[in-house]
Amino acid sequence: MKRYSDLEYLQLSKWKKLCYRLACFFRSIPTALKNLVLAVGLFFKNAALAVVREFKDIFLTFKDGDIHTKISYVFMGWGSLRRGQILRGLLFFLFEAVFIFYMVVSGGYWLSMLPSLGKVGPGKTYDPILDTYYYTYNDNSFKILLYGVLTIFFIIAFVYTWRVNVKQNKIAEDILKSGKPLKSGRDDLRSLVDDKFHKTLLALPVTGILIFTVLPIVFMILVAFTNYDGSHDGYINGLFGWQGFENFRTLFSWKGANGHSYAATFGEILTWTLIWAVFATFTNYFLGMFVAMMINKRGVRVKKLWRTILVMTIAIPQFISLLYVSKMFAKNGIVNGVLLDLGWIDQAIDFWGSTAHNGLLARALVIVINIWIGIPYLMLIATGILMNIPSDLYESAKIDGASGWKQYTKITLPYMLFITGPYLLTQFTSNMNNFNVIFLLTGGKPTNTAASWASGNVGYTDLLITWLFKITTGEEAKYYLASVVGIMVFVVVALITLIVYNRLPSVKNEEDFQ
Amino acid sequence: MNEKKKIRRHMGLRASSAISNSVIHVLLVIISIIWLIPFVCIVLQSFRLELSGPVGYVIPKKWGFDNYVALLGRSDFRQWYINTFIIALVNAALQTVIVLCMSYALSRFRFKMRGALMRLMMVLGLFPGMLTMIILYRVLKDLGLTEANAVPGLILVYVASSGMGYYVSKGFFDTIPKSLDEAARVDGATRMQVLFKIILPLAKPIVIYTILTAFMAPWGDYVFARYISFENPVGMNVAVGMYKWLTLDQISSNYTMFCAGGVIVAIPVTILFLCLQRYYVEGVTGGAVKG
Repeated sequence: MKRYSDLEYLQLSKWKKLCYRLACFFRSIPTALKNLVLAVGLFFKNAALAVVREFKDIFLTFKDGDIHTKISYVFMGWGSLRRGQILRGLLFFLFEAVFIFYMVVSGGYWLSMLPSLGKVGPGKTYDPILDTYYYTYNDNSFKILLYGVLTIFFIIAFVYTWRVNVKQNKIAEDILKSGKPLKSGRDDLRSLVDDKFHKTLLALPVTGILIFTVLPIVFMILVAFTNYDGSHDGYINGLFGWQGFENFRTLFSWKGANGHSYAATFGEILTWTLIWAVFATFTNYFLGMFVAMMINKRGVRVKKLWRTILVMTIAIPQFISLLYVSKMFAKNGIVNGVLLDLGWIDQAIDFWGSTAHNGLLARALVIVINIWIGIPYLMLIATGILMNIPSDLYESAKIDGASGWKQYTKITLPYMLFITGPYLLTQFTSNMNNFNVIFLLTGGKPTNTAASWASGNVGYTDLLITWLFKITTGEEAKYYLASVVGIMVFVVVALITLIVYNRLPSVKNEEDFQ
Repeated sequence: MNEKKKIRRHMGLRASSAISNSVIHVLLVIISIIWLIPFVCIVLQSFRLELSGPVGYVIPKKWGFDNYVALLGRSDFRQWYINTFIIALVNAALQTVIVLCMSYALSRFRFKMRGALMRLMMVLGLFPGMLTMIILYRVLKDLGLTEANAVPGLILVYVASSGMGYYVSKGFFDTIPKSLDEAARVDGATRMQVLFKIILPLAKPIVIYTILTAFMAPWGDYVFARYISFENPVGMNVAVGMYKWLTLDQISSNYTMFCAGGVIVAIPVTILFLCLQRYYVEGVTGGAVKG
C-alpha cells in the first residue's frame, strides 16, 4: 500500500481519507501485536533478572554479614534485637512465630489438600437399631480451596517479610560501619505518622481490598477450573474437584440440543451486551450534552430550576424508579392504560414480553429508559466542562462566520471528547456490566427460549452480567460456568480498555487544549 | 453595507435568537415533565385506595393515607428501613475514612509500590464484582454474618472494598497545591498534622461528596443485599424487601404499598441530596471526569 505524506493526505477526498485510515489501522495490527509480544518478553526478562539480582544479594549479605546477620536468616529479627532495634526485632520474630504456628496447625493441611480438593466426601451410615441414616461430613472442598489460597498468600507475605528482614540487617550493618546511630523504636513509630505516613494510611484499605476483593477474585478464577455447582457444593452434597480447561471447552463448544449451543448463546448475549453498551453510552453522552447546552444557553431563564429537576432524579434510589418505570410499561400498566384510553392503540402492547425480532421492542425500550436514567449525570458533567471552554474561541469563530453547527463540531465536540475520553471509556465498560438497569427493568425478559437451553433462563435483554447472576441462582447453580463467563467478561472489557485507552486523544497528546 | 441593512440584520438575529430561546424553553418544559412523570405517578398511586394492584389510569378515584398507615404498621418494613438506615450511616462514616486515607496517600506520597498498586486496582475494577458475591456469601456465612445478621455483614463488604473508589477524591487532592504541604513541613508539622490541619479543611467539598455518595449507595443496592440476607426478612434492606411486593404473586395486593414505600424511602434521601447538591455537583464535575 502506498503511504501518503501529510500534504497528499489532506488532498484526498473524505471517502478516500477514511479508507486510508482504515487501511493504516489494519496494517498497524501486526506491528502492534509484535510490540505486545516484545513487551511481554521484556517484562519476563526483567523479572528474571530481578530475581537473579535478589538471590545474589541474599547470598552476598550472608557471606559478608556478621554472625547476627547469619543467625537472622533462621531467626528473623535476631540481628535487629542484638543491635538495639527492639521493636523491629520483636515484630519480625512475632511474625515468624505466628507463621510457623499457623503452618503447623492448619496451613500445612490446607496446602496438602489443595491438589485434590478433598479426598473423603460426605457419607451416610445406616443404624439398624434406630432405623435411621447417620450423615457424616468430612472434607470441605470449599474451605480447602479458600484456605489453600489464603495460605499461599500468607507464604508470599512471609517470603517478602523474610527478604525485608535480610535487607534490614545489611542496612543496619552499613549504618553502624559508617559510625551513625541506628533508628530507635520511637523513631520508627514517629516515622509512621510522618515520612512513612502512607503506610499507616494504606494499611487498612489495602488489607480490605486484599481480603475482600483480591482473594475472592483469585478464588473465583480458580473455580472456573473446577466443577463447583449446586450438587457439588464441596461439603454437604459432595466434593468438587479440578477439571482443567473442561469448562472453557463447554462454553466454547458448538454442540448442543436444538441447534443451540453454549457458544451460540454466549455469542448472542455478548453481541447484545456490546450493542447495548454502545447505545447506552453514546445516546446518554450526546443527549446529555445537548440538554446541558440548552440549559447553558444565554437567555434561557431559571437555569437552576431545570438543573434541579433533572438532578433530583439522581437522588431517588434506582430500585424505586427502575422498578416503577418497569411496571409502568407492563401489559396492565399506566402507559398501556393511557394509550388505550386515548384510543391510539386497540390492544395493550406487551413491551416486556414480545419476542418479535429478537425482542427488539424490549431492547429499544431499555435503551430509551436508560437515557432517562443517564442524562442527569451527563448534564452535570457536561455543564462543568462547557463552562470551561474559553469563550474567545466561540467569538473568533463567530467573526469568521462559523454557523452554530460548525461551532459545535469544531469547538464544543472536540473539547468535550478530549476531556471526557477516559470517562467515556469507563462509562462504556460499566455499561457492559450494568446489572441494575437490566435486572430491575426487565429481569432479562423477554425469554429467549432457544438460548435458554444453556443454563440460566436466558432472555433477549440479558447482558453477560445478568446471565452470570442467573446462572448462579438457578436450581443447578453452576458456579463454575458463572466464573468462566466472568473471566470472559473480564477479557472482553480488558481488551477494549487496552485498545481504546492508548488511542485516546487526552492520553496521546495531553498538551493540545492546555 | 449601509446602516439600515445592518440594523435589519441585527434585528433578525435578535428575533431568531428569541425564537430559538422560546423553542428551548418549550423543550425544557417537555423534558422536565418527562423526567417528573414517574415520580408524580408514584406519589399519586401511593394515595390510591380503591384497588391495591396496578391500574391503567393515573388519578386515583378514592384518596387517603391508608397505604402509609398500613405501611408504617408493618414491622417488617420498619425493620428494613432501620436496617438500611444503619447501613447507610455506618457506611458513610467508615467508607469516607477509607477513601480519604487511600486517596490522600496516593495523591501526596511517591512510594515504590504506588504505580503497581494503582494498576492492580484498575485491573481489579475490570472484573465483574458480581463474581465475588458467591464466595463472600459463604465466608460471611461461616462468620455468622448473613441472614438475620446481614447488616454488619453488608457493612463489612461495602467498606472493605471501598478503597478502590479513590479516583474522585484523589483528583481533588491533586488540585490542592503541594507548596502548602511543604510550607507546613518546613514549620515542623508531621505528615499527619498536614493532613488533619491543612488538607482536610480545604477538602471539605470532597469530604461531603464522599459522605453523600456513601450514604446514598446502600439505599439502592439490591444484588449483594439479596444474597447476604438470603430470604430472611430480618436482615433485608428496603430494596430487597420491597422488590418482593412487585413479584407476580404479590403485585396485585401490594402495588400501592410499594408506591407509598418508595415515597417514604425517597423523601429523606432526596432532601439530603438537594441540600448538599452543590458539593455533589462539585465532586462530579471536579474529580469524576478526570479519572
